[in-house]
Order: sequence, then C-alpha cells, then structure tokens
Amino acid sequence: MAQSRWGNPIVYAAALMLIGVMLGPVLYIIIGGFRTNSQITTDPAGFPDPWVLSNYTDVLTGDTFWRQVGNSTIAALATTVGVVVLGVMASYVLARYRFRGRGAMYALFAAGLMFPATVAITPLYILVKDLGLVNTLPGVILPQIAFGLPTTIIILVPFLQAIPKEIEEAAAIDRCSRLGFLWRMVLPLSVPGLITTGILAFIGSWNSYLLPLFILNDQDGFTLPLGVQAFSSQYSVDTAKVLAFTSLSMIPALVFFSLFERRIVGGLTGAVKG
Amino acid sequence: MTETGGRARNRGGDVQAPPPLRPRRRGIGWAQRLEIVLLSGPAILMFVGFVIFPILMAAYYGFYRWKGFGPPTNFVGLDNYVTILQDTAFREALWHNGIILVLSLVLQAPVALGFALLLNQKIRGQSIIRVLIFVPYVIAEVIVGTAWSLMLQTTGAVNDVLRSIGLGRFAADWLADPRLAIWSLMLILTWKYVGFAVILFLAGMQNIPQELSEAAAVDGASYWQTQWRITLPLLGPTLRIWAFLSIIGSLQVFDLVYIIWGQYVASTAGTSTMATYMVVEGRNAGNYGFGNAVAVVLFLISMIIALLYQRFVLRRDTEGALTEGR
Repeated sequence: MAQSRWGNPIVYAAALMLIGVMLGPVLYIIIGGFRTNSQITTDPAGFPDPWVLSNYTDVLTGDTFWRQVGNSTIAALATTVGVVVLGVMASYVLARYRFRGRGAMYALFAAGLMFPATVAITPLYILVKDLGLVNTLPGVILPQIAFGLPTTIIILVPFLQAIPKEIEEAAAIDRCSRLGFLWRMVLPLSVPGLITTGILAFIGSWNSYLLPLFILNDQDGFTLPLGVQAFSSQYSVDTAKVLAFTSLSMIPALVFFSLFERRIVGGLTGAVKG
Repeated sequence: MTETGGRARNRGGDVQAPPPLRPRRRGIGWAQRLEIVLLSGPAILMFVGFVIFPILMAAYYGFYRWKGFGPPTNFVGLDNYVTILQDTAFREALWHNGIILVLSLVLQAPVALGFALLLNQKIRGQSIIRVLIFVPYVIAEVIVGTAWSLMLQTTGAVNDVLRSIGLGRFAADWLADPRLAIWSLMLILTWKYVGFAVILFLAGMQNIPQELSEAAAVDGASYWQTQWRITLPLLGPTLRIWAFLSIIGSLQVFDLVYIIWGQYVASTAGTSTMATYMVVEGRNAGNYGFGNAVAVVLFLISMIIALLYQRFVLRRDTEGALTEGR
C-alpha cells in the first residue's frame, strides 16, 4: 500500500458517499426551514427559492421555543452534574478501595446497562407521582441521574484505575488523606473522563423523550423533544415551520458533540476494552 | 455499615496504628469503610431507588388490575400475564422486536465494518469525517422521527426524488404500507445507528498494534488476508460489545415508532414494538397494572437475553473488567 501522503482516492469517494447519506436528511431539515409551505408542497425535495427566514425568526421570537430550551437546559445541566458527581464518587470507591462486595457493587451498576428507562417507565411514573414530582423538572432529573450512573461508572472506573499507585503512595507520605487525594489528584487527573461522561449525560438528557413524556403533562413544563412533537402535531400543516423548529432544537447537542467528539469516542472505547 | 462518624473515626485511628502489617484484603479500617459508604452511598441509593425499586414495583403492580388511583386492590394473580401472552397484538409486537433485532445486526455490521476498514487508513481529515458520520447518532430520536416521517410520506421528498430520477414506479406509501413500513423503520434505525458502529469499530481497529499487520505484510500476506486474519479476530471484543448494545437497544425501541406511527397506526402498519404496546395498552388506556405486567415481560425478555449473551458470548471480554486486580 505505497500511496502518496493523501492516500487512496477510493477511500475519499466512499467517505464522501457515507457523509452524504448521513447528512442528507439533516440538511433536508435545516434547508427545509428556509422554504415556504407552498414550495414544499409543489417540490418536496427542492431547494428554497427564494430563501425565507420567517420560519426561523418566528420560532426564535416566540416564547414557546425559548421556554422549552430553558427547561431542557435545566434538566440537562442538573442531570449532568448529578451523574458526574455521584458517578465519580462511586467510581473512586470501585477503582481504588479493596473491600468485600466490591465485585457485587460493580456488577450491580454494570447490570444497569441492560435496562434502559423503558423497562421501568410505568412504575417510575408512579414513584415520581408518589413523591409529588409529576410535572416538575426534578421528576425528570432524578430518574435520569439514576439511569445515567451505569454508563458513567463503567467509563470512569478504568480511568481512575489508570492513575498510578505510586502517586497515591506519594500523596500518603505527604500526609494527604484518601479523600484529599480524591479531591486534589484524582479529580484533576480524570478531567477527560469527567468530560466524556458529562457530555454523554447532557446529550442523553437533552434528547430524552419517554421519561419526560410520562412525567411532564403540562405544556409549560415541556422539554424540547416533547415540544418538537407537540409543535409538529399542532402545526402539522405548517411543515416549513416544523422543520425550522426541529432544526433549531438539535443545535446544542450537535455543538456539544462536535466540540468533544474525541473525548466521547475515547471514553466509549476505553469502556469497551473493559 | 451505618456507624456514626465519630465512632468510625476513632476505630479508624485504632486500626491505623500498625498500618502495613495487615494483608490488603481483610483489614480495612473503619475510616475507610465510612469513606466507602459516604462516597458510594448516594449513587447506590439513587440507583436502587430509581432503577431497581421501580422494577420490583412493576412486578408487584403487575399482579393487579389497577387504574393507577390509590393503592392497588384488585389482585388478579397472573391474569395480566395470561392476557399479554394470548394477545395477538403483543405477539406481533414481539415479532417486530425480533425482526428489528436480527436485521439491525445483519444490516449494520457489514456496512459498518466495510466503512471502518476503508476509513482505517492514512487519510486526511479523518477526525472531521468521524464527527460528520456520528451526527445522526447525536440527534434526538424525536427529531429523526419528525424529519423522516416528513420525507417518507407519500407526498414527501423521497418519492419526489425517486420520480425526478426516473424511478417513479418505486414511489410508495413508505409508512402506511404494512409490507414496507418495517423496512422504512429499519432504514431509519440503520441511518441513525450505523455511524455509532463505524466509530466504535474504527476505534477498536486503531487499538490493534500496527506491528501485527506489518509483520503479516513482511510474511507476504495480502491486504484482505491481513484484515481477515488479524484485524477482524482482534476486533472481536468490540464487535461483541456492539452486538450486545444493539440487541438490548432493539428490544427497547420506542421513540421512533411512537413518533412516526403514533399510538394507533403502529399496529396496522406492522411496526409496533413491545415498548409501544406497553405505553399504548398501559398508560394511554389507563391500565397501569397491565402496563406494569408488560414492563415485567419486557424486562424478563431483556434480562434473559442479556444474561445468555453475557454467559456465552461476552464472558471472555467482561471477565477481566469484573475480576481485575484479584
């Protein structure tokens, strides 16, 4: 395989094809938002002619969208903080303490990977109702934290284990307690892992649908995915506006992801290696 | 393990006096135990409270005919389960989950492997390519569903494109035609999740030491021989983990179907799944006891498949992770 620095052109062609297929529908949503409904009706796959901004400006000047952005942001940030803080504490124990029941504890969380929220959704709704949290963001946030923990712990444990024992011993000689070690050494050293798990939790929460669907019944409390669905059924004739609303709602997850793609992929493969 | 802070600290002091004499396994002091409890307690509490406990509650509610108001009183034993297993709508949903499970593996694995092999070469812009093919995976299923249902409707972009390139006779009612709908669903699922597989495989390939393929090249192995004999076998753990995630995901499919086909059409179009059945027959119909019984069935099916898979396929891969350090 003696090729030039640029490599094989067939590879680029295949990559372009794949990217085209992957991005086509996304571009269809974004560009579709710049069309009018009559354009969409007469030529469903065409380009905007002329490009209209009003769909986007209408969404951006209305308060529905921003209220839902606010709700989604609060839910996603709180979920992220909860998952990362609780996750790193538990992972530290699993990674650097030796005690009986450690294997069982790890297995308990690992088992959680098998059971996405779908399975527990009906009783979760009842539990949240009993706690008086129906129609509130905490009612969404608390279960999301719980269901985010397995992934977080599975990713973080290898990270924390990779910190050399010598650093811990050196810290102990300098009279640094294990908790001080966690705070002063482990946290700074595991920032990449924390970012990976944090982004995964954020995107997971930002995109989640089933749990908010059960917990949030009141339009004012809707997060964006519920909002997109409500908007698209409410304005089902106004396709262009639905497309504008939809494309605006996917921006944060895309931005977060593209900023931290490397970390996410690194974290996932670290976890896969076990 | 519920010692008060003060006592635990004193005991800790006692034990710490001759520190390194004890072998590591048995002798952990009270201070350490307290730390273990304080650090891992919140996570365990949350996990047990919002994951384990609801699943147990589902098992309990599943024995009742219950509308969700007040404590359940109308105990019906296994009636709900009998109803579920006899309901053709449930069996259809189960069948659809099975189709999704098999087709996901069969469709995505070769495509993703092919592209991962292609991209696993010295090419420019690999990181930007990776970001771009990961985009569908990052977008919410609600958005994916909304966009694709617009594109696949009879007057949508897909049929329009087919007509404009002279393939008008292939235009169809992609979402409502029962012979096509499940394939439309598979198309969307593949589109959304194949990028994840590509990225995962690519990362797995890049963890394979280059010396191995170089050594093979020295021994006169062709490119394909190298991929077949070295890359694929060493990719085994990645492939098995991916298949596991895909299988579990296939059993839980909900968002896309519910968004695109709504709560009523999925069964006539042939795309209902166990999860949509659970939500439609349980929550939407107000039969919470019944919905919980469906959740239990879904849980048991997932767990049995997951355990079998772990026992017979993943064992070698997870053994290290669970018992490392011993």
